[in-house]
Amino acid sequence: MEARLWEYIDGMALPEERTVIEELIQTQQAWREKYQELLQVNQDIRQHLQLEEPSLRFTKNVMEEIARTQIAPATRSYINKKIIFGIAGFFLTLIFGFIIYALGQIDWSAGSSSSGFEWSRVDYSRVFNNQFVNVFMMINIVLGLMLFDRYLTEKKKNWSKES
Amino acid sequence: METGYPDIEIIQQVRSGNQQAYSQLVTRYQNFVFTIVLRYVTNREDAEELAQDVFIKAYKSLADFRGESKFSTWLYTITTTSCISFLRKKKLEVHSLDNEKVMAHAEQVQTGMRADQIEAKSRLAMVNKAIALLSPEDAQVITLFYKGEQSLEEIAQIMSMETNAVKVRLHRARQRLKDKMEKHFSQEVRDLY
Repeated sequence: MEARLWEYIDGMALPEERTVIEELIQTQQAWREKYQELLQVNQDIRQHLQLEEPSLRFTKNVMEEIARTQIAPATRSYINKKIIFGIAGFFLTLIFGFIIYALGQIDWSAGSSSSGFEWSRVDYSRVFNNQFVNVFMMINIVLGLMLFDRYLTEKKKNWSKES
Repeated sequence: METGYPDIEIIQQVRSGNQQAYSQLVTRYQNFVFTIVLRYVTNREDAEELAQDVFIKAYKSLADFRGESKFSTWLYTITTTSCISFLRKKKLEVHSLDNEKVMAHAEQVQTGMRADQIEAKSRLAMVNKAIALLSPEDAQVITLFYKGEQSLEEIAQIMSMETNAVKVRLHRARQRLKDKMEKHFSQEVRDLY
């Protein structure tokens, strides 16, 4: 009842809901009494809630401090999107290059048999026997785990905020 | 709010190099920022220092304000995040309704209130004393809604919450405020309601 009445008082109820609530207020004493009560609370807060005032020197203190500082330039003025796209392009090229290299190292002929192509017989060993490839993949796994940890930490912060 | 130039015009003047114009924004919003800070940081000296820091931060980041939201919404967002960061640095818990510190504070205030309960006859005193007993989030959402001229969506942005969550919190905060008023000013509230 209270939630619906507050929506009505705040002017946020849908037109159909407003009609229903107005009828309930007119016909039901419990609704009418609660409405009057909440309306009074609303008016009290609206009329009597006061803001606190800082000291008289407040503005002067702020202006003295900012006289020593400069406005930082907008981030969009010193972050060049072309550079960002360039870096993204480099990494995408690296990734596709690695995929193409890996596909080239795979012995596809091992999968051919008289009964057709069998994926289980394709030889991937040459891809993973290369030391550089293994180091590259280990680095990527570690980076991936770090990103995943950061993502989970952010999510945990958001959960704590909401709770 | 005060009359004078719109916020966006003042911001443009400041960006053009007229640093003194920023004092108009400070004067316009200082009471509100200070009030929000005081909801989180009960010590007035700390609150005033933090409120000053908020305006300084806002000034330094003025170039990044794009005008997609109201300046007040942007400023109050900086205020809220600054308060939470301040409390974390001081390793103080953000007050919650069940926090022992809040209850102990409430007890002290309650004792004081009972002593001058007879004197606190005005609704004004009742409302403002009762809101001081609410949790910072409850007090902030009520202050932003009634005094800050912020919509529920804007309040959600300021407090990093969903709009529906703000709606629920506002309803509950008003109920808690009413309960506080009844608990500490029981006779006066009965007379009023």
